[in-house]
Amino acid sequence: MAGAATPAAAAAQPPVAERIWRRFSPAQRLARFSVYLVIVAAIAASVQSVEVIPEFLADAPEQVVDLLTRMWPADWAHYPDTVHDALIETLHIATLGTLLSLVLAMPVGILAAHNLVPSTPVNLIAKLILVSSRSVNSLVWALLFVGIFGPGALAGTLAIAFRSIGFVGKLFGEALEEAQRGPIEALTAAGAPWMSRMTYGYWPQVSPAFWSIALFRWDINVRESAVLGLVGAGGIGMVLDSALNLFQWPRVAVVLIAIFAVVVVAEVVVTQVRRRVI
Amino acid sequence: MLTLKHLSKSYVAGTPVLTDVNLDIDARGITAIIGASGTGKSTLIRCINLLVEPTAGEILFEGADLARLSGKALRRARRHIGMVFQEYNLVERLSVMENLLSGRLGYVSAWRAWRRKFPPDDIRRAYELLDVVGLTGFANQRADALSGGQRQRVGIARAVMQEPTLLLADEPTSSLDPKTSVEIMELLTEVGRSRGIPVLVNMHDVELARRFADRIIGMGDGRIVFDGPAAALDDATLTTIYGGKGWLH
Repeated sequence: MAGAATPAAAAAQPPVAERIWRRFSPAQRLARFSVYLVIVAAIAASVQSVEVIPEFLADAPEQVVDLLTRMWPADWAHYPDTVHDALIETLHIATLGTLLSLVLAMPVGILAAHNLVPSTPVNLIAKLILVSSRSVNSLVWALLFVGIFGPGALAGTLAIAFRSIGFVGKLFGEALEEAQRGPIEALTAAGAPWMSRMTYGYWPQVSPAFWSIALFRWDINVRESAVLGLVGAGGIGMVLDSALNLFQWPRVAVVLIAIFAVVVVAEVVVTQVRRRVI
Repeated sequence: MLTLKHLSKSYVAGTPVLTDVNLDIDARGITAIIGASGTGKSTLIRCINLLVEPTAGEILFEGADLARLSGKALRRARRHIGMVFQEYNLVERLSVMENLLSGRLGYVSAWRAWRRKFPPDDIRRAYELLDVVGLTGFANQRADALSGGQRQRVGIARAVMQEPTLLLADEPTSSLDPKTSVEIMELLTEVGRSRGIPVLVNMHDVELARRFADRIIGMGDGRIVFDGPAAALDDATLTTIYGGKGWLH
C-alpha cells in the first residue's frame, strides 16, 4: 500500500523550497472555526437566558457580609450533641455506599468490556445500565429510596451506591478493555479456564486502576452524602437542613465547617492510601 | 507428533495468509520456521494451538484434530503445548513464581489458583526450573523488574511448567540483543533436548536458525517453500524464501 503511493506522491510534489506545510487542511480549519463560533454563540445565548436581575447582583456583596456576620461566631456547643453523630453517619453512608457499588459495578463493568464479553448486545445493555445509573443525580436516587424505605441512612446508602455503579462500572470496564492482550494470550495458550484468566491475567493489570477508582469514588461520595440529608436520606445534611429552616446561622456554620474538615481529611487519606496501594 | 493437513487461514476473505500448509513435526528436535515478515510464520504457529482459528485444514495432535475442539477439550489439549512469545507476555505485576505457576493454570482449579494453593509438586518444579533457566533466587521478584533476557527465561520456564509434549516459540529472540538471543536459543534447545520435547520456533535470523535448528522450514507467501535439514539451506534456497539477492553477504 505504502509502496504504491510513494512514487506517485513524489512525482506530484513541487520543489522543496516551494512546499508549504500547514498543520490543518482548509476543511479542518473551517471545522475548527465553526466550533469556536458555536461556543461563542452558546455563551451569548446562555447569558441572555439567565436573566440576571441587576438589583440583586448589585447588593450581593452586602448580603454575603450579612450572612457571614450572622453565622459568626459558630455555635460550637451544637457539635457534640448533634453534629458529631450525623457526621459519623455521613461517613458510614459514603463508605458502605461505595463498597456496595463496587460489588454491584464489577459484574456490570465486565459485561461492558468488549474484550471479555465479545457480544455487542450484552455490552450495550451493560452500558445502558451504567448510563442510567449516572444520569440520575444522587439526590434524585435518594428521593426514590426515601420513598421506598422511608427516611434514614439506608436510603442514603443505596442512593450513593446506585449513583456510583455507573461511575465505577464505566471506568472499571474501560480499564479492562485497555488491559494488554499478550499475557491473556499466554494464559489462554496454557489452557487456563476463564476464571483463572480473570484472576491471573486481567486482575493484576486492572487492580491499580480499580483501587484508584474506588478511592476516588469514596472521596466524591463523602461530599455527596453530606447533602443527601436535605431530602431526608440521613447524615449531616439533615442537621444542615433543620438549621437552615430555623435560620440558626451559627449552627449552619458549624455544620459547614465540619463538612469542610471531613472533605479535607478524606482528600488526605485518599492521597496517602493511593500512594501506598499503587 | 504434530501433523498439519491442508491448513489455510485468511483474516479477510479472499486474501489468504496461509495456503494449504502440510507439515509433520517429529517427536524430537528443533524445527525453525524462517521467512520474510508477513509471510504467515506467526499465523502458522498461532494456528497450532488455536490462538488463531484456521479457516480450513486439520491440526492433528495427540490423536485429535485441534481445529475441531472447543471449550474444555481445547483447554485440555492446549495444556500440552507450551508457548514462548516475542514480547514474553508475562503478567508484569505478578512475581516470577506466580508467572511460573500460571503455566499450571490449566491443571489447577481457578479457586485454588486464586488462593495460590498450588500442589507442592508444582512449587518444587518451579524452583527446579528457576535453577535450570538461571534465575535462582528470583522467585519473589516482580516480573516488571526483570531485563528482557531474564523475562524470556521466565517465559520459557512458564511454558515448561505445563509439562508440554510440544513447545512453540513465536520469534522468541526478536526483542533481544544478539548475545542474549544466542543464550535464549541455547536454553530453548537445551530444555527441548534434555526433556525430549520437540521445539517449533519462528525466527527471522537465518544464522541463528542455521546454528540451532535440526530442520528448517522456509515460508514464502503463506506456503512452505523449503523443508529440509539446516545443512541443505544454501544461497539459492534463501533467495527462493526471501526473494532478491542483494541482502546476501
